[in-house]
Amino acid sequence: MTPLLRIEGLVVEGRPPSGIWVQTVNGVSVDVAPGEVVALIGESGAGKTTVALGALGYTRPGTRFKAGKVYLEDREVLTMSPRDRRDLRGKDVAYVAQSAQSALNPAIPIGEQIAESLMLHGIADGNEAMKRSIDLLDLLDLPDPKALAHRYPHQASGGQQQRIMMAMAMACQPKLLVLDEPTTALDVTTQIEVLKAIKDVIRERGTAALYVSHDLSVVAQIADRILVMNQGAVVEEGPTADILARPQKEYTRTLLGAVKPKPSRDVALSDWNPAAGQKPILTVKGIDATYIKPGMFQKIEREQHVLHDVELDVFPREVLAVVGESGSGKSTLARVIAGLHGPLGGEITLDGEVLPAHSRQRTTEQLRRIQIIFQSPDQSLNPERRIDEAIGRPLELYFGMKGSEKQDRIAELLEMVGLDPDYAGRFPAELSGGQRQRISIARAFAAKPDIILCDEVLSSLDTVVAARVLDLMRQLREEHQVAYVFISHDLSTVASIADRVAVMYAGRIVDAGLTKEVFSPPHHPYTQLLINSVPALRQGWLEDVIATREASAGMASNVMLHDPACPFRVRCPLVIDGKCESEPPPKREMGEHHVVYCQHTEAELAEHQRLVE
Amino acid sequence: MLKLIAKRLFVGLVTLLAISVIVFAGTEILPGDVAQAVLGQAATPETLAALRATLGLNEPAYVRYFIWLGKFLTGDLGVALTNGMPLDRIVGQRLINTIYLALYAAVVALPLALGLGLLSAAWPESTFDRTVSSVTVFFISIPDFVIALILVLIFAVELGWFPAINPRPRWSDFFPTLGALVLPMLTLVLSVLAHIIRMTRAAVLDVLKQAYIEMALLKGVSKKRIIIKHAIPNALGPIVNVIALNLGYLISGVVIVEVVFSYPGLGRLMVDSVVFRDVPQIQVVAMVFCAFYVALNILADVGAIMANPRLRYAK
Repeated sequence: MTPLLRIEGLVVEGRPPSGIWVQTVNGVSVDVAPGEVVALIGESGAGKTTVALGALGYTRPGTRFKAGKVYLEDREVLTMSPRDRRDLRGKDVAYVAQSAQSALNPAIPIGEQIAESLMLHGIADGNEAMKRSIDLLDLLDLPDPKALAHRYPHQASGGQQQRIMMAMAMACQPKLLVLDEPTTALDVTTQIEVLKAIKDVIRERGTAALYVSHDLSVVAQIADRILVMNQGAVVEEGPTADILARPQKEYTRTLLGAVKPKPSRDVALSDWNPAAGQKPILTVKGIDATYIKPGMFQKIEREQHVLHDVELDVFPREVLAVVGESGSGKSTLARVIAGLHGPLGGEITLDGEVLPAHSRQRTTEQLRRIQIIFQSPDQSLNPERRIDEAIGRPLELYFGMKGSEKQDRIAELLEMVGLDPDYAGRFPAELSGGQRQRISIARAFAAKPDIILCDEVLSSLDTVVAARVLDLMRQLREEHQVAYVFISHDLSTVASIADRVAVMYAGRIVDAGLTKEVFSPPHHPYTQLLINSVPALRQGWLEDVIATREASAGMASNVMLHDPACPFRVRCPLVIDGKCESEPPPKREMGEHHVVYCQHTEAELAEHQRLVE
Repeated sequence: MLKLIAKRLFVGLVTLLAISVIVFAGTEILPGDVAQAVLGQAATPETLAALRATLGLNEPAYVRYFIWLGKFLTGDLGVALTNGMPLDRIVGQRLINTIYLALYAAVVALPLALGLGLLSAAWPESTFDRTVSSVTVFFISIPDFVIALILVLIFAVELGWFPAINPRPRWSDFFPTLGALVLPMLTLVLSVLAHIIRMTRAAVLDVLKQAYIEMALLKGVSKKRIIIKHAIPNALGPIVNVIALNLGYLISGVVIVEVVFSYPGLGRLMVDSVVFRDVPQIQVVAMVFCAFYVALNILADVGAIMANPRLRYAK
């Protein structure tokens, strides 16, 4: 059978600003048969997206095709006229981008954006195009398609936006879809819903797809064949089952090895119980917070809170993980502790001493003892300041260091995070993402803090780089006796580093305890949903998990942030009608340190959750 | 959205009130004595004291401020000290002349600037873009009275195409008036063109870098449609803002141009009132200038809110 897409010996060059052209893709060949789903996997910078965009005859600004051919059926895409290529794009090949939030035009209503493809390619016009757009929204299981078509992208949730983009791509019934990490930016729970939608639609319509991803577990659910890419070349290719079970090349084995096991009691590494016989160094009590500014005459309603009565202890030298979906209030909590966001009420104490709400009211010593590392070093490091200035600032501020003493300490800190002391004179732009995050870590440790708030510090990094940074953080904690408040949505990473875990949902802590306790039943139904939603590295996992009551309940509805009783009840598979919507869930002690807020007793939860296992 | 707009309006009114204080205080500290200026050298101490009493100059400043503000708000602008004419008539006539010239310049400048800005953004770093950018920088670097004088030298003195001095516009001779006003209009156009072109170019280029533009390209949308349909609606906020600022300049920043061309507009009235220490007239003209600025800025804000669906419809 002739392939639908044939990429032959594709060579693409890229030029960094003011640099010379270098090859980023070195002669890659890919075949995709009609109806086949082929995955391109590898680390970032491997050239996956560049190759995938080649199928549309497109290179990003600053890159260009050097050699090779791209055939779609019998037409050569790279040499055809721009006019023909325009006709082809969106009609025969369609693209789904990584982040729907930035790839949907904020100024155009959703329905119009979908209808545009239909009208441009002369498939339907006016009312007919709009009608078809609504049908497409319906096809992707979007709620109330008619109303949604008239809304703007920002009025839809993240998972909905991703499915809207999928609907847009499917508008002209393309023969080939190019999907660029379509679920990477999503929460695990949302990822299931979007993956299911994508899989259903391409199966139903028999569409072929080129699926770009760095996540082998995701690819295992959807691809027929896998191509492993590294540094601009294909390392290995084969049917999905073969690649997963019998990888031939060393690089493929490394990638498979880097896949973290699903979080469970067995992968929870920490045996330490920091709460045994110790006093907490930091306590958080009854914290309420909101982003609404009170008006002159209106009072802030409880529904507008993003943190509800949050209570938390941090013990010396422990790693306390805070997990939950995006929007659950994890980062707000970190900002409140750091004094960057004033709470409405509640109290934070450091070593028994009450901390002022705002960082500007705190003493230098109080500021020194709590440091924060942000998700993206691109945004937290000033691009105009050299590395030594970034790290030197806390040294001056907290220890009054100057001159050679300061320079020596900077060199020491750089070595500590595994960087050459020569980096001191460079600017952040001259460093890689992983190196920049190491600088942020060095800057936090420069203050010799007792607590470091780590807000999704690994999420912007590649799997392999992230693993190394995590190792560094583990080692530094041992050496420097510091406690981490480790905020993350990645349960597998959390399982491997945390001593204790707090699970947040809709601004409340719903489940908290030792890592081993939280990650094994009985635990809160939401914890169970999160754990079940982490993809497993085996084919058929998606179908299995969708078949469970947990997942369908989890997908049933969006998060209700401000429900006064139990906000999780609308997604809870164990909801008790008549009770969960009226009474706030009681605090239940399960085991020595494990606390769950739920109407169910420990025995009831254990019973239900054993059935699921 | 209505709440946002109401908020802007409220802020605008507060700004105007604050401006009235500043204008009043400013004219208070202006050197010279009005009574002295009106009566001239012939004034005796008695006549001076009598005039001061009639003008209310002996009251404390804050009392005079509230009296002035009260009259201002009820539409009683008073009379010019120098010639005793009612200020609403003088200022009204001059304002019409100024708006006439400003609109004339805006009608020419806006389409030209937006067009050139969009074309520059469509082909960034092209010869066209570079030429537009150098020429506009050239004109923005020259003070407008120099431009005005050069234009007069070439087109009025040497070529004799247009008059160098402009009478007040007459509605009966609409087109001849337009012809006569070409030189002041051109001076104004050249001084606002560069700002609008550069802001339009920058705003559109910024939008063209966004992921949704790449998405549109990969849907098969043509370049023309991408700019018109996908980019402009998202770039409207900053563009509307720079347009409003420049319209404000066309009305209140024309002092020099009006003086050079001896055009009877508000700007020249302002200069004359300062020369003659005509305090009530200075106050009225200053308030009119400021009111236009504030109103145009509110319009720009409202325009930017209307152009942005994220502000138009809350989540």
